[in-house]
Amino acid sequence: MRLTVNGIDHEVDVKPDMPLLWVLRDELNITGPKYGCGIAQCSACTVHVDGLAVRSCQLAIGDLAGGEVTTIEGLAKPDSLHAVQEAWIEHQVAQCGYCQSGQIMQAASFLDLNPEPTDEDIDAAMSANLCRCGTYPRIRAAVHAAAKKLQEA
Amino acid sequence: MQAYLIAEELDIDPEDTIRTPGLPGPAYYNAEVMAEGSPLPAYDESATAETIRSVLRVVPKLFSIQMTGGSSTVPDMFEKLRHAGAVARETLKEAAAQRLGVARADLSTEDGHVIAPDGTRIAYTELAADAAGISPIADVALRDPSDWRYLGKAGLPRIDMEAKCTGAEMYGIDLAYEGMLFASICANPGIGGALNSFDASEAESMPSVKQVLEVTAGNPGVAVIATNTWYAIQAARAVECNWGAPNYPATSAEMFDLLEAAVDNEDNFDHRQREEGDVDSALSEGEVFEAQYRIPYLAHAPMEPMNAIVKVTDDRIDIWTGTQIPLFIRNRAALISGMDAEQIFVHVQPMGGSFGHKLEMTHVEQAVEIAMAEKGTPIKLTWSREEDMTHDYPRPASVMHGRGKVKDGQVDTYDISVSQQAMAPNWFGRLAGIGIPGPDATITTGSWDQPFAIPNYRVTGYRAPDMVPVSSWYSVGASGNGFYHDTFLDELIHETGADPLEERLRLCLHDQSRTVLETVGEMSGWDGPSMGEGKGRGIAFCLSFGVPTAQVVEVTNTEFGIRLDKAYIVADVGLVLDPVNAEAQLFGGLIYALSHAINSELTYEDYGPLQTNYHAYEGLRLYQIPEIEVKILENMPGIRGVGEPGVPPAAPALGNAIFAATGQRIREMPFNKFIGFV
Repeated sequence: MRLTVNGIDHEVDVKPDMPLLWVLRDELNITGPKYGCGIAQCSACTVHVDGLAVRSCQLAIGDLAGGEVTTIEGLAKPDSLHAVQEAWIEHQVAQCGYCQSGQIMQAASFLDLNPEPTDEDIDAAMSANLCRCGTYPRIRAAVHAAAKKLQEA
Repeated sequence: MQAYLIAEELDIDPEDTIRTPGLPGPAYYNAEVMAEGSPLPAYDESATAETIRSVLRVVPKLFSIQMTGGSSTVPDMFEKLRHAGAVARETLKEAAAQRLGVARADLSTEDGHVIAPDGTRIAYTELAADAAGISPIADVALRDPSDWRYLGKAGLPRIDMEAKCTGAEMYGIDLAYEGMLFASICANPGIGGALNSFDASEAESMPSVKQVLEVTAGNPGVAVIATNTWYAIQAARAVECNWGAPNYPATSAEMFDLLEAAVDNEDNFDHRQREEGDVDSALSEGEVFEAQYRIPYLAHAPMEPMNAIVKVTDDRIDIWTGTQIPLFIRNRAALISGMDAEQIFVHVQPMGGSFGHKLEMTHVEQAVEIAMAEKGTPIKLTWSREEDMTHDYPRPASVMHGRGKVKDGQVDTYDISVSQQAMAPNWFGRLAGIGIPGPDATITTGSWDQPFAIPNYRVTGYRAPDMVPVSSWYSVGASGNGFYHDTFLDELIHETGADPLEERLRLCLHDQSRTVLETVGEMSGWDGPSMGEGKGRGIAFCLSFGVPTAQVVEVTNTEFGIRLDKAYIVADVGLVLDPVNAEAQLFGGLIYALSHAINSELTYEDYGPLQTNYHAYEGLRLYQIPEIEVKILENMPGIRGVGEPGVPPAAPALGNAIFAATGQRIREMPFNKFIGFV
């Protein structure tokens, strides 16, 4: 099976029903996307396929259909972090940090679709991503800050 | 934080440090982790109390207790690491003094350099070899807090923050080694029960499966080794196992029957650390207010499931895992393998959450046994989420029966009895092979030790039989006792007709705790529990881990259920080193506690929990989170950790708020069994 991750082409020898998450983690050693639940309940595995946030634990590699995969490792530009990552650092969002790759990938995709979100928009867009450390108040603040950065950019 | 503590004395850029979790070694004993087990309450600053605590600080050193827990990292490290930084600095200066032929006192240090009187700068790295040959300069004075550049400053960034925002942070589950294979396991859901037989014929024919093997260490089960974790998980699920019953009741209903049978039963008496006035005669006449409470078993359910990488060769075992107990792991791996402890190398990794879960090591025991079957090959064992929640070693369930009386508009008699299976001896017995004799303080920690004066005041712990094996859960005994103690106090205050804040203040005998209560009252604009039609606020207080903490929660009873509007947290930690992170720990504790109070429980059927993934054990989501304000005070003596004290007051504050808004008193968690939430 062939796939493109963060702009690089790979060939893997796995069954087509293997979820993208496990291709990334155990076949390609791309470990930013995390395993948390395996049933799309925590969203720690969120990546972009053709720019849209998807739960990589639910997307079989055989269904990727040539879609380009971007993981947290490929979100930043070579010389600068993505606005969402910058906002996350400014607001000191992470505690254990395990869910934050998924949170950031979700936020980046969402702000791409909705550059001027309201509080309700943010609540709706980010509520599939679980955080057991309870960093939610700073996630909310950082998404607002990232939206502002993207508008000014 | 550790990097800042060292940098403060060593004069280096904290960002230049390489930070690795502590390797197993007796030098890393945690002096503070047992001080919380003192038989005297934290608000007692008498000479006797301090003497007992000083003895308890020696115990971990004698037994090399290397452990992360009990919100003890900052109190344990605060002096040690600054002292280490100062000793290193002065020893480097001594090396420079000998090289330059000047007095050490004439030298200064700055940004990783020793500065000579003429301004010449010598890098520490140039002096390190010489310094290593000098007997360390141990007679050092620590800098005055007024001279600190990092500690206590508002803008301290977490040094691991950027890595955690770019995917670069490597948790134990992310490591990979040459030739590594991947394993998963299906173990008996009834913990301690046997594996009678199994049929692995389907699993053995599944893709990439290298080996299917029976595992006896930790908890009996069947493991699969494959070339990918996903294949291993699928194959482990395909093994058909016939399990033996463990040595505890099969269902939650039977477990709660045992808890109810133990409470106020003389045969189950465990300890009574609070007894003031004459409770029995006060309750023998007139109208007695009674209420009964219960809390369920709870999983820790950190986002990173249990995992470990183990490589076994003929003369050594290497273990890579995120853990709070590296020395216990080293010793157990030696026992399983028959090697000496000196041949076991535990490489501690960053953890994707724990909340006490990683005070356990069943997964490592299993991984060692699996890796012994594939010598020379690193094996990464990952528990599926389902396996993780099934073998979580939960917070124990418990029940509380309360009796009280009010007199002349005041709380007069307060008598609560808590029944729980023993937690600390059960957990420590699993780790060390020996239990802890005597009473189990966790049964009443967080209720017996509260800073209130009530004329007739009694707290009693009863020990129910051992049931599901249990462990420390975020804030330990105070997680349930904080709910019991404060909610029942709120009930009695309601009976008096007094204001909940005013009566708590009147009863409070501890100055710093009173200030915490007053401050949360001011922050929240407290003017009584009622906030108008369908709205209400609740206040709650708990002194845990030496930190008096008060919270106010405001709710609205909407057509879609209870909505959390606002929450306020005030905590007194004595001295705050990192205000930004301390705030995050406090509101994180509140959110974790509200998550479980609202919608989480483990219920047992056929010996295992029914809830095995987040769809059935959800916690709170972003849209449910109230606006939260935090204020940290520094009036307490000494310095305390802030990891756990945010947890205990949250559930009672919410329950008290729901009562204020609806008139409905909820005495059992999770609350969503009794009322709907938005």
